[in-house]
Amino acid sequence: MVGIVGYGSYLPRYRIKAEEIAHQWGMDPETIKRGLLLKEKTVPAPDEDTVTIAVEASRNALKRAGIDPGEIGAVYVGSESHPYAVKPSGTIVAEALGITPEVHIADYEFACKAGTEAMWVGYSIVKAGEVKYALSVGADTSQGAPGDALEYSASAGGSAFIFGGEGVVAEVVETYSYTTDTPDFWRREGAFYPRHGGRFTGEPAYFKHILGAGRGIMQKAGLKPADFAYAVFHMPNGKFPLTVGKRLGFLREQLDPGWIVPLMGNTYSGSSPTGLSATFDVSKPGELILLVSFGSGAGSDAFVFRMTERINEVREKAVKVKELLEYSPIYLNYGLYAKFRGKIIMNS
Amino acid sequence: MPVPRYKREIPQRYRLEASKCKSCGKVLFPPRLVCPKCGSREFEGVRLSDGGKIVTFTVIRVAPEQFADQTPYVVAVVELGDGVRITAQVVDCRPEEVEIGKPVRLVFRKIQEEGKTGILCYGYKCVLSSLG
Ligand SMILES: [Zn+2]
Repeated sequence: MVGIVGYGSYLPRYRIKAEEIAHQWGMDPETIKRGLLLKEKTVPAPDEDTVTIAVEASRNALKRAGIDPGEIGAVYVGSESHPYAVKPSGTIVAEALGITPEVHIADYEFACKAGTEAMWVGYSIVKAGEVKYALSVGADTSQGAPGDALEYSASAGGSAFIFGGEGVVAEVVETYSYTTDTPDFWRREGAFYPRHGGRFTGEPAYFKHILGAGRGIMQKAGLKPADFAYAVFHMPNGKFPLTVGKRLGFLREQLDPGWIVPLMGNTYSGSSPTGLSATFDVSKPGELILLVSFGSGAGSDAFVFRMTERINEVREKAVKVKELLEYSPIYLNYGLYAKFRGKIIMNS
Repeated sequence: MPVPRYKREIPQRYRLEASKCKSCGKVLFPPRLVCPKCGSREFEGVRLSDGGKIVTFTVIRVAPEQFADQTPYVVAVVELGDGVRITAQVVDCRPEEVEIGKPVRLVFRKIQEEGKTGILCYGYKCVLSSLG
């Protein structure tokens, strides 16, 4: 049996409320909050980036896995905000965790699904017998252009998953991927902020690919929505995952534990992985969980997990997502937020 | 920071690797070649614990140029679980939250950027968070 032997998450302590951003741009806060179902989002501290978030999430995953980091044979970090354009984030993450030098390292990029790509490959090489354990991370510190709808959602955080064949917490029952060339959201080399196709990002992009991957994996596995305890879908805003879940035939209570976007925002490569981590936090042995990511460009990775008895042993060994979300947030005004995110032009 | 020095200090900056004197047991951080207590040159590698408490601290309001945009910020002397004292910045807090005796946890953070095009330097800082 191959699956996840340890999982962990990390979210920054800083937050900005949706109304603070709305006031800045003369928008009606209630319209924004109702339209996007977003209350606030995480903001990375000035000394946090994808690498530091990945390290903290991975340390939590290691606490639950209880393994020697030196036995990890692969480190894959998925993000659309790697701090270096050339030099893999994984090199720094692996060094900080004491995994180097006998390790295969690669960074992944695919808009918001880079995290599940890292998971897909990590799982596959463990299953192939190439390495004993693989560490897969989805983490981001994404930016939305000032005044753009994305500014209400683009946030920071991440989750890490260690795949292995012994001491499995969540067995991988099935995988499926669904991808096309769909230019719904992009950032050209050298551009600071991404651009998107407005309404085009919905039906032909997010919904088509998540529905395609969701239906595809259930057919492949011979499962139906009622067989699952929970389902997690990528969360670009509050509304999309609830709508796509309903269209696939899931009930609201199946989505609730992983639907953390109203307080977290969209952590991009860390979005559905952190929803999965929050769902593991409340799951019981034997339960089935569906995960479907979405990355613009566009594609979806889908996984079916079955929880084992070991979830009860590891759950309390690291901080839970709900605790990270609720622990004493420090709220920023727009000015401090702009300074934290490097949106102010300084005299260099 | 010059790249060779940064690279050399990675074990202590990233993983809190210290050296423990084989003859008197003193833990040295950063590691040294000669034990200042007994003069021995024989050490074994140990990793410091990532939890401790604040022994004393100061709030920096006028900072060197490269840290000027972070003021006011807190720098503390922290005693770790193994009795070793380190100096580190305390982040993710308002200065008024910091008190002597409060528990802290070491986290992995960016320490500085070498301008817009140089290397990124990472290392340890502290947070007050009681979250594991
Ligand atoms: Zn000595």
